[in-house]
Amino acid sequence: MFSRAYRTTITVPPLLWVAVFLLVPYLLMFCYSFWSVSDSGTIMHSWNLDNYKELLAKPVYWQTLLRSMWIAARVMFFSMLLGYPLAYFLSFHAGGRKDLYYQLVIIPLWVSYLVRAYAWKTILGTDGVLNTLLQYVHLTSHPLDFLLYSPFAVVLTLTHIYTPFTFLPIYASLEHIPRNLVEASHDLGATPAQTFWRVIFPLSIPGVLAGATFAFVLSLGDFLAPLLLGGPSGIMISNIVVSLFGAAYNWPLGAAISLCMLALVLALLFFSERLEKKWSFS
Amino acid sequence: MMATTIQSDTVSLLSIRSVAKHFGKNIVLRDISLEIAEGEFLTILGESGSGKTTLLRILAGFEQSTSGEVWMQGERLDTQPPYRRRVNTVFQHYALFPHMTVEQNVGYGLAIAKRPAAEIESRVAEALAKVKMSAYAKSKPPKISGGQQQRIALARALVNRPRLLLLDEPLSALDANLRRQMQVELKALQREVGITFIFVTHDQEEAMVMSDRIALLRSGELEQVASPREIYNRPATSYTAQFIGHTNLLHADIRHGMATCGALRWPTSLPDGKALFSLRPECIRPATAAPAANDAMVRFQARLRDQAFHGATDLLRVESDGGLILTIRTASRDLPDRLLEFEFSAGDAIPVRATSLGSNSTSEDRA
Repeated sequence: MFSRAYRTTITVPPLLWVAVFLLVPYLLMFCYSFWSVSDSGTIMHSWNLDNYKELLAKPVYWQTLLRSMWIAARVMFFSMLLGYPLAYFLSFHAGGRKDLYYQLVIIPLWVSYLVRAYAWKTILGTDGVLNTLLQYVHLTSHPLDFLLYSPFAVVLTLTHIYTPFTFLPIYASLEHIPRNLVEASHDLGATPAQTFWRVIFPLSIPGVLAGATFAFVLSLGDFLAPLLLGGPSGIMISNIVVSLFGAAYNWPLGAAISLCMLALVLALLFFSERLEKKWSFS
Repeated sequence: MMATTIQSDTVSLLSIRSVAKHFGKNIVLRDISLEIAEGEFLTILGESGSGKTTLLRILAGFEQSTSGEVWMQGERLDTQPPYRRRVNTVFQHYALFPHMTVEQNVGYGLAIAKRPAAEIESRVAEALAKVKMSAYAKSKPPKISGGQQQRIALARALVNRPRLLLLDEPLSALDANLRRQMQVELKALQREVGITFIFVTHDQEEAMVMSDRIALLRSGELEQVASPREIYNRPATSYTAQFIGHTNLLHADIRHGMATCGALRWPTSLPDGKALFSLRPECIRPATAAPAANDAMVRFQARLRDQAFHGATDLLRVESDGGLILTIRTASRDLPDRLLEFEFSAGDAIPVRATSLGSNSTSEDRA
C-alpha cells in the first residue's frame, strides 16, 4: 500500500486543477444563466428564468442550434464514410505498411487547426486554388461562390479536421478483433463480404459509436471554422455564444445557451456510452 | 522417412502431395506427402516449430502452400478459398463469435448456407445435445468456461457435417483432468459421427490415446507415420523413439551377429558395423532367480543409482559394469540389493536410424 502522504501528493494537485479550472467556471456559468443584464450593461444578480424563456421565444437561437446540429451530423456522416474504410483497410489489408499508414493519418493532427482552416480558405476562395483550376481547364467561366462562406465550406473543413478522430477509435476496435474470428467465419462458409457484415462490423460498433460521438460533439461546439469559412449562412451556435460573451456583452444569455449545449452533449455522451457497453463483448 | 501406405479396404479421402511451405527464407514444411483415409483419426504430432499448425492451416485454406497439391475426393482442394471447402476447423482458442449466442454460433454455418430456419433449429439443437451443451443455448460465449467453449466450438464445426474436421490443439488450454476427459469424449464422438479427424498436438500421450495413426513431424518433415502401437513399439528413428515415450538409446558395435554396448551383448541380424538401438525402459526387468531358459534373454549386472516413484511403476536409473546408464521401468518395489541382475529380450532392442532430438526448427510454430 502507498502511504497516505504519497496518495495525497499525487491526487490533490489534479483534483485542485479540475476544481479551479472546470467546476468553478461551470458553477459560475450556471449562476450567470439565471441572472440578467441591465440596460446600462451591469450584471443584475436577481434570480430568474428570463434567459431560458428568451431562448425558446426567439427563433434565431434554436434555429442556429438546429443548423449546428445538422452541420455536425453531416460532419459525423462524412468523417465516418472516410474514417471507417480507412481504418478497415489499415487494420486488415495494410500488411507490413500498417505503421507507416497509421503515422500518415496521425500527422495532420500535429498541424494547427488554424493552419488547416486557412488552407481551406485558400483552396475554396473566389481567387482560390480550386476556382482558378476550374476556370483554367474551362469547366466554369466564373468563380463558384458557394465554395467559400457557406455551410458547405464548414462541413468540408470540419470533416477534414475530425476524420482522424473518427478513424482512431474505429481502428482501435478493429485491431481488437481476434483474427481467428475472421478465419472461423471463412471456415464456416462465409465469404469475405458476409464475414464483414456478420462478424467484423458488429464487433467494431463500439469504435463506430465513439468515433461518431467525437465527430458530432466536437463539430457541434466548433466556432473557428464557421467564423473563418462559414459566412452569414454558416453561423453556428458557438459563434452566437462568442458574440454574447464579447461584443454583445450579455454573459447571462451566453451562459444559458452554453448550459443548454452542455446538457445536450452530456445526454449524447451518456447514450453513446450506454450503447457502446451494450455492444462490447470482452 | 517411412512410406505411407493405406490398407486396400479403406478409401482415401484426402491426399497431400509433396506439399512445401516457405515463409521467406524459412522452410517450414518440405515435401509432405500423406494419404488420409475416410473416417480416420489422424494426429499430426510435433514440437512447436515443427510446422504442424502450418500444415493444418494449409488444409483449412488460411495459408497457401509454396508447392505441392492437396486433393480431396478427386477434387483439388488447395486452390479453393476456405469458405468453399467442405472442411471445418476447431480452433486452438475456440474462436467463438462473442456477439452471438451459443445457438447463433452453432447455427452460423447453416445460416450462411441459407438452410431453412426449421432445419437450422433442429440441427443446432441436435449438435448441442451431442456435446451436452443444450442448457447453454442462449448464453453468450464470454460467459461460459473454457471447456464449455471447447464443446461449442466442436458443435459449431460438426453441425455442418464436414467431410473433414481439423482440430488445432483444441485441448491445450484445458486443465489436465478436463483434458483427459475430453480426449475420451472426442474419440467417442469421432467414432459416432464417422467424420475424418485431423488432430494437431504437441502432446505425445494425447496422440497415443486418440489416434488411429500418428504422423510425427520434425522440422517440417515427416519423421514417421504409423499407428500408435507401431510407432511406439517399432520406432524408425532415434528421434521417434525419444519423442514418443522414454527410451534407452544404445550405441552398439556389431560383429558376427552380436551387438555390444558396454557390458551388454545381444544377438542381432544386422551386418557388422555400428548401429543405434532403442530399448524401452519397461522391456528391462529384474532377472528371475532361474537362469534364462532361452538364450535370447540378455542378462547384465548393474548398480542402482536412483529410484523414482511413478505410481503404478518405479523408474530406476542403473549403472551397468561398463559405466552405461540405463533407465528401467518396473512394477517390483522390493529390490534386494544395490547390485542387481537385470534381463531383457534381444528382440526388444529395436535398431533405429539416428536423427537428432531437439528442435533444429527453422521457425516458430505459427499458433
